[in-house]
Amino acid sequence: MIRRGLTFATLLLAFGVVHAGVLPDDRADVLYHLYDGGGVTIDGPSVLVRKKAGKSLSFVGNYYVDMVSSASIDVITTASPYTEERKQWSLGMDYLHGNTTMRVNYTSSVESDFDGETVSFSVSQDMFGDLTTLTLSYALGDDLVRMSTDTTFEEPLDRQIYGVGITQILTKNLISSLNVETVTEEGYLNNPYRSVRYFDAATGGYDFERELYPNTRTSNAVGLRMRYFLPYRAAVEGEYRFFTDTWDIEGHTVSLSYIHPWKDFTFTGKLRYHDQTGAHFYRDLFPGPQATNFRGRDKELSPLTSYTFKLQAAYEFLNDDGNDTFGFIKRAKVTASLNMLSVDYHDFSDLTAQEVIGNEPLYQLDANIFQFYFSFFY
Amino acid sequence: MKKTVSLTGRLLLPLLAMAALSGCSGIEPWVKPYERDKLADPIMALDGDPVSTAYIQHVFEAREGARGGEGAAGGGCGCN
Repeated sequence: MIRRGLTFATLLLAFGVVHAGVLPDDRADVLYHLYDGGGVTIDGPSVLVRKKAGKSLSFVGNYYVDMVSSASIDVITTASPYTEERKQWSLGMDYLHGNTTMRVNYTSSVESDFDGETVSFSVSQDMFGDLTTLTLSYALGDDLVRMSTDTTFEEPLDRQIYGVGITQILTKNLISSLNVETVTEEGYLNNPYRSVRYFDAATGGYDFERELYPNTRTSNAVGLRMRYFLPYRAAVEGEYRFFTDTWDIEGHTVSLSYIHPWKDFTFTGKLRYHDQTGAHFYRDLFPGPQATNFRGRDKELSPLTSYTFKLQAAYEFLNDDGNDTFGFIKRAKVTASLNMLSVDYHDFSDLTAQEVIGNEPLYQLDANIFQFYFSFFY
Repeated sequence: MKKTVSLTGRLLLPLLAMAALSGCSGIEPWVKPYERDKLADPIMALDGDPVSTAYIQHVFEAREGARGGEGAAGGGCGCN
């Protein structure tokens, strides 16, 4: 089960960072993505097409596939490796009226043991001579969690997402974006396949039992981005996000990017740092069976620190400079990017080390995330 | 829980009031339209690659416990 939050990232396609008084450019993107790390390989395509209809409407569609082959640390310690596929599609519409843009988007995600649907709405308003764009957004998600090993198992999960965003031009060289987002979830939030580890007093070793999460979670996130045009033609961007939720996870994320164009190329380098505390019901090793009301050993809920280094190169191989030389296509580029992700888990033991209980080394994940895509503007 | 939910809500009223007043305010744009050539450069686009950004955000949400606040009205993913 890839599951949960099918539309979270996809909502970026629906809302993104916007200017209310202008419809987004007509474009088509064809992307191949590959994630390889920790015994997990996920790859697949993502295709996006956006097209205006008249001066007030713009339609967007996206089709995305994850093909998963997993022998992750979770899987090899408590279950069997598996392969799976998730397909997601979304349709959206933007309506521009004066300085106001209204958006609606529908997303559906289907996999063998999980279905999800999300409807989202947003309104953006340009203000103060178009220096400020205010966006209010709302999304409603309705998921269904199932189990491939138990056909009678079926649990709902509902989600509401409230967002407020301001994009602000501060100087003729500096633009900023502030986003605040609240997510409330209610329903089956744990993974039906995952287990927690507990100390077995009878054997002096450990055993596993099914995890049990609270059935509600509310989170708040505040993110600030600033991008600055340097004295020569290049840009730097800084970003900070603070995250907190009712599971006692508190996270800080900081990143710094440098964007440098050269002839028809644009090079981007980015460093990203994330640090978080663990959920209050998370334990690497519980003292016994059913030791607490709620139990989890999802390594993503453990205290952790992650580091990411990104390198990206884009090459604009077609530009008609307004002369209509290439038919309806005005501009086209090809982009390759590599993100190298490293995660240090501060309370998640590597059980494959086969050490004595309590002496297992902490798990560490390294993953390479590769993207290759063509973008056409018309 | 009520306290955390209200964070976004507390911001809404003043922002809506600001939006309502913007039409009749006398605030002069301090960056004139003819001074925005650098801001219009593609390297200054906050999200020039929406498909790629959505994908990488999805990966981070799957690998970390945090979500949202990065320009989209969205949060996490519990991928194994």
